[in-house]
Amino acid sequence: MGQAIAFYTLAAFILGFAVLVVSTKDTVHSVLFLVLDFLFVAALYVLLAAPFLAVIQVLVYAGGIVVLYLFVVMLVNLKRAPEAHHDPHRRTKLGFWLAAAVLVELGAIAAYGPAASAPAVTQTAAMPVSGNTEQVGWLLYTSYLIPFEIASMLLLVAMIGAIVLAKREL
Amino acid sequence: MVDNLIIPLLKIVIVLNATLVAVTYMVLLERKVIAWAQSRLGPMRVGPYGILQPIADAVKLMIKEDITPTRADKWVFTAAPIIAMVPALIVYAVIPFGPEVSLFGRKITLYITDVNVGLLYVVSVTSVGVYGIILAGYASNSKYPLLASLRASAQLISYEVAVTLTLVSVILVAGSLSMVDIVRAQEHWHVWFAFIQPLAFGIFFIGGLAETNRAPFDLPEAEQELTGGFHTEYSGMRFALFFLAEYANMIVVSSVATTLFLGGWLRPFPNVAALGFLDPIPSWTWFLIKSFVFLYVFIWIRATLPRYRYDQLMRLGWKVLIPLAIANLVVTGIVKVVLAT
Repeated sequence: MGQAIAFYTLAAFILGFAVLVVSTKDTVHSVLFLVLDFLFVAALYVLLAAPFLAVIQVLVYAGGIVVLYLFVVMLVNLKRAPEAHHDPHRRTKLGFWLAAAVLVELGAIAAYGPAASAPAVTQTAAMPVSGNTEQVGWLLYTSYLIPFEIASMLLLVAMIGAIVLAKREL
Repeated sequence: MVDNLIIPLLKIVIVLNATLVAVTYMVLLERKVIAWAQSRLGPMRVGPYGILQPIADAVKLMIKEDITPTRADKWVFTAAPIIAMVPALIVYAVIPFGPEVSLFGRKITLYITDVNVGLLYVVSVTSVGVYGIILAGYASNSKYPLLASLRASAQLISYEVAVTLTLVSVILVAGSLSMVDIVRAQEHWHVWFAFIQPLAFGIFFIGGLAETNRAPFDLPEAEQELTGGFHTEYSGMRFALFFLAEYANMIVVSSVATTLFLGGWLRPFPNVAALGFLDPIPSWTWFLIKSFVFLYVFIWIRATLPRYRYDQLMRLGWKVLIPLAIANLVVTGIVKVVLAT
């Protein structure tokens, strides 16, 4: 009961801040609402007993990536008044239909997907380590080794790409 | 009820108040030590040897007029000092001041909580603190604070990388992220990690100076170039909050350094039995003494060394400290694997 109340409160905050992120005119305020949103998502992870994921969420997203967003926004100065946008090719209804399709899809997953039938907790019993961090590490280096390596490869490629772009003559 | 609610709440109240008092007296200590280094007396008027000076300062700052610049971003301007202060205080939740003690027949741990991800919690919470600085500079809508806040945040982000990499090598040696377990690991190995990881210790110390914007890395507050730094437009209590946050962060860095590298609450040389007569001294005194030594060195360095130039600072961070930290991490990993087999 208490957990349900906590979940719905957090979810309401997350959705509310998400709406504010896209509806606020001032770009810096919008980025700040994004930080708040990330912090509440971290709180949601704590509620799900995943403290490792929660601190990584704060460290990487709230403390790292959004700081760079803020740098960019502050340096390019978007304080001009928003211009009225009249693009003849703009499809106003397309976004609405796409959002509706995603909503239906998510509903279908919630109703008929694997989560509705049985929770996947069978794997945790086989792990030889205890503690949240250790379990995440164990899973990353056993069951999810290939996705993990692919993700790190992608990041490496992005890093090299950034260096090549920034430094014309090597 | 008592164990789950009242005792943790009491601990939080005590730690927060002790921190704030310690922070105000750090300011006095700094003024005194720098005065002595420069053959002056320092504050002498308020109370004997000026020991009531922090109270006078606090009263003065509180009754001072609070000004918000007309063109400032009002909400962000108000929020920035709070954002700077809060992370500096909530870090203390995981810092272990001592092991368990029994008090009134009850076992009480001398830390607020011991979480599985303790060290990561410290890193992630302090990484949020940088928003206070960036937003203060942005919201003031004034040239110098903006430049200072860009400098400060670039410096923080650069040195955070090196510091976090040294923490990873400590975690490798200790085999745990929990602050209490790291101290216990040093007890188990009978040696402070400063002796196993001297390079990491050095990098952490330099990075800690840079991350708290202390001399010789206090470029964001370079008076000659930036008229005082990112808090130029702030006055009264809001200015004081930035000041308090800086000193609270210094205490955080010294507490974390003490915990990770100097054996936390353990007595000096925990493996030498001849020093066993030191055991009756309560363990938290050791923690406080070690942290105090760190803080004193911080002030001592400020009184001694001139300021770095900005490009020198960035070169030191990216071209010296980060490669050294990575090399240290790789060597630590190899040694650990070799020892395990």
